[in-house]
Amino acid sequence: MRKLYYLIPVAVFLVLALFFFKGLSLDPHHIPSVLIDRPVPQMALQALPGHGDGSGLTTEDLKGKVSLVNIFGSWCISCVQEHPVLMQIAATKRVPIYGIDWRDEPEKGAEWLRRHGDPYTKVGADPAPGRAAIDFGVTGAPESFIVDRNGIIRYKLTGPITPRIWQETLLPIIEHLEAQP
Amino acid sequence: MRPLLVLFLLCLTAPAFAADPAEMLKDPVLEHRAQVLGRDLRCLVCQNESIEDSNADLARDLRVVVRERIQQGDSDEQVMSFVVDRYGDYVLLRPPFKTTTLVLWLGPVVLLLLGLVLVVVFYRRRQTEAASPPPPLSAEEQRRLDAVLAAKEKDSRS
Repeated sequence: MRKLYYLIPVAVFLVLALFFFKGLSLDPHHIPSVLIDRPVPQMALQALPGHGDGSGLTTEDLKGKVSLVNIFGSWCISCVQEHPVLMQIAATKRVPIYGIDWRDEPEKGAEWLRRHGDPYTKVGADPAPGRAAIDFGVTGAPESFIVDRNGIIRYKLTGPITPRIWQETLLPIIEHLEAQP
Repeated sequence: MRPLLVLFLLCLTAPAFAADPAEMLKDPVLEHRAQVLGRDLRCLVCQNESIEDSNADLARDLRVVVRERIQQGDSDEQVMSFVVDRYGDYVLLRPPFKTTTLVLWLGPVVLLLLGLVLVVVFYRRRQTEAASPPPPLSAEEQRRLDAVLAAKEKDSRS
């Protein structure tokens, strides 16, 4: 029985080692979003100059249909990498994609869309200090949210959408949400 | 003596903040509140810096928004809950005390107490062992002791 006492430090060590080992495989850049299952924040964003019908982007636009909300900016390098994927998704007309041009001069955002193509159904400008993006809990661009037809945020993706993420993660969630009443 | 004094005074000065003078509030009381709150808010893109210390764009935006809320008359709690509402507890550099963080806050205390208990038990036992007289030798032990002593006596005599 007394021998067992000497095993206590070993047991404590093993438990700690397990915790730390698990900690090694966590990604410190992955920050869970608190906005999941909450309504889209209130916003009324201006349109980019000379872009679309000039109506901007409001909270009401995100209701009625499952949609994808994409945070981008002309200054954002990963967005250039993501853009062709968004163009492909837009070409399939599977879901409306709404863009928020974050921390950007609206003119530059409009110019960027002219150069790279425009996958967005509607775009709103959110110049610094990016109040709409802060309401969405955005930490960097690109970031994408799946919003259900009642305007509730259901999923958040940090980083660029790749064809694989679209096929294996986003599309199944969208199909699942569309199947719901 | 003088360099020491200078060094001491330097230690008393507040650290430099990243806050741009342009974004500071005119009212020093409000600005001070904003800085105190900002020092407890994590810059989300730099992991372990507060928004007051960071040069990152997002930290700057949050500094501006914190100051806006303060100017609109929000209390300190309202400002903090505004940010936590959007970024979660992760944004707080000092984690809150709640059921999910019990182990984090109480773990070290529990471990320390456990260690103290073990130390006390260990020394108590050693003391009682030292204080009590050893048990008398068994017949077998006595016989062996006699034999050893006899052999030693014989050795020294020869």
